[in-house]
Amino acid sequence: MSKKFRTKTGEVTALRELTLEAATGERLGIVGRSGCGKSTLLELVCGLQEPTTGTIAAGGGRSAAARLAQCALMPQRDLLLPWRSALDNAALAPELKGVRRREARAMAEPLFERFGLEEFSRAKPAELSGGMRQRVSFARTLLAGKPVLLLDEPFGSLDSITRAELQEWLDGALRAEPRTTLLVTHDVEEALFLCDRVLILSRRPGTVRAELGAGLERSLPRSERVTSPEFTLLKERALEALA
Amino acid sequence: MTKWLAPAALLALLVAGWEALAKLGHVQNYLLPAPSEVASALWRDRDLLAPDMWVTAREVLLGFGLALAIGVAIALVLHLSPVLRRAAYPLVVASQAIPVIVIAPILVIWFGFGMTPKLIVIALICFFPVVVNTLDGLEGVDRDQVKMMRTLGASRLDLLRRLELPSALPFLFSGAKVAVAVAVIGAVFGELVGSDAGLGHAIQVGTAELETARVFAAVLLLSLMAIALFGLVALVERRAVPWARTSGERR
Repeated sequence: MSKKFRTKTGEVTALRELTLEAATGERLGIVGRSGCGKSTLLELVCGLQEPTTGTIAAGGGRSAAARLAQCALMPQRDLLLPWRSALDNAALAPELKGVRRREARAMAEPLFERFGLEEFSRAKPAELSGGMRQRVSFARTLLAGKPVLLLDEPFGSLDSITRAELQEWLDGALRAEPRTTLLVTHDVEEALFLCDRVLILSRRPGTVRAELGAGLERSLPRSERVTSPEFTLLKERALEALA
Repeated sequence: MTKWLAPAALLALLVAGWEALAKLGHVQNYLLPAPSEVASALWRDRDLLAPDMWVTAREVLLGFGLALAIGVAIALVLHLSPVLRRAAYPLVVASQAIPVIVIAPILVIWFGFGMTPKLIVIALICFFPVVVNTLDGLEGVDRDQVKMMRTLGASRLDLLRRLELPSALPFLFSGAKVAVAVAVIGAVFGELVGSDAGLGHAIQVGTAELETARVFAAVLLLSLMAIALFGLVALVERRAVPWARTSGERR
């Protein structure tokens, strides 16, 4: 598929002849430089936009509305509503599907316990740290109850220590709750660590440059995994493809 | 405590200067009454001024409430219908160019000396800041937040109820604070054109009788009323939109 935008200065091709496929339950990483059309790609997949040419299918849905019903998008910014408590922010997802507030909260509570957020369920977003806000945002994404997860630079706004912690945390959370996942990031290490397979996108117009089968041993802790020789080799190849 | 010291000192200095000017400058007290004379007029004529103040306060509150309701309703309609927005927004702006001085006497002819023409004058002046601010708030919602809500399956009504209205609330209060301050002017204006009660009426009568100290006392009461109402709206705002404050402090 391709995507072109009309701007004041003419037509911009954001994505060109891009073909990709993720198997059910697979974690697919998409790495590219800033501005290569990564976020556009996710908005196309989840049905917020339509491609200029080509087709997209997500979980059997082809039309934009059908794709929207299949995909949950976790945006780069947490976008928590400042007037809602942390728990109510996560409960927003079921609420918007017509679940009553009280039942929606009951659905969010077990996730909060699992994510180590239960102490903060009544706190307002402004009182939470960046890492906690992303966890709440991820809980909200999961509670949308869709089979496909689209993660757009989920930890892009965090400091590197929190980022590493949350990568490990997300790895565990996705193992506990497996979903077909598209992770978009500019961080090669993050993609290789979290995903089964990683696609490297070229500069705009974005198209697939290289494909790396990450699929590394998942049982080791992060610090050991990212320093293993095979990880380092993959990272080098990825960086080469990006250059 | 120290927070109050500077404004209190400045106020005291101004009042003292005024007192000195009026007393030592041999200014006729019907031209410029000294603050002490204004204070004593306030006390002496309290039975005269108090009922007038209640009349004006009621007009202001009712007119402000009316303006708030109409303003929010118009903002909502203009927000929900782009066609109406294009068509009607210029008219809303044009309504502010109509001099109230022209309209007020006509309203008195239509509705008499009662409260109705005052309410209309107040509402006419006050609805505008409410519309403009609320509409800005509704239109200024974070686009990414709208996208997020849409991926979660939000309907148009969901967007309005759970995102746009709460987001617009701090803006609505900004408009309301402007509106409540000018509402007092509106009330006095309505009364000056034709009334038998209210502080505007008291000012008119006082001016005719050269009771300048009483006129100043009435103006003082109007100022206090505006400050009190502004404070009241600010208080409600702090209760209703606590997040606007916390996020502001964090930035």
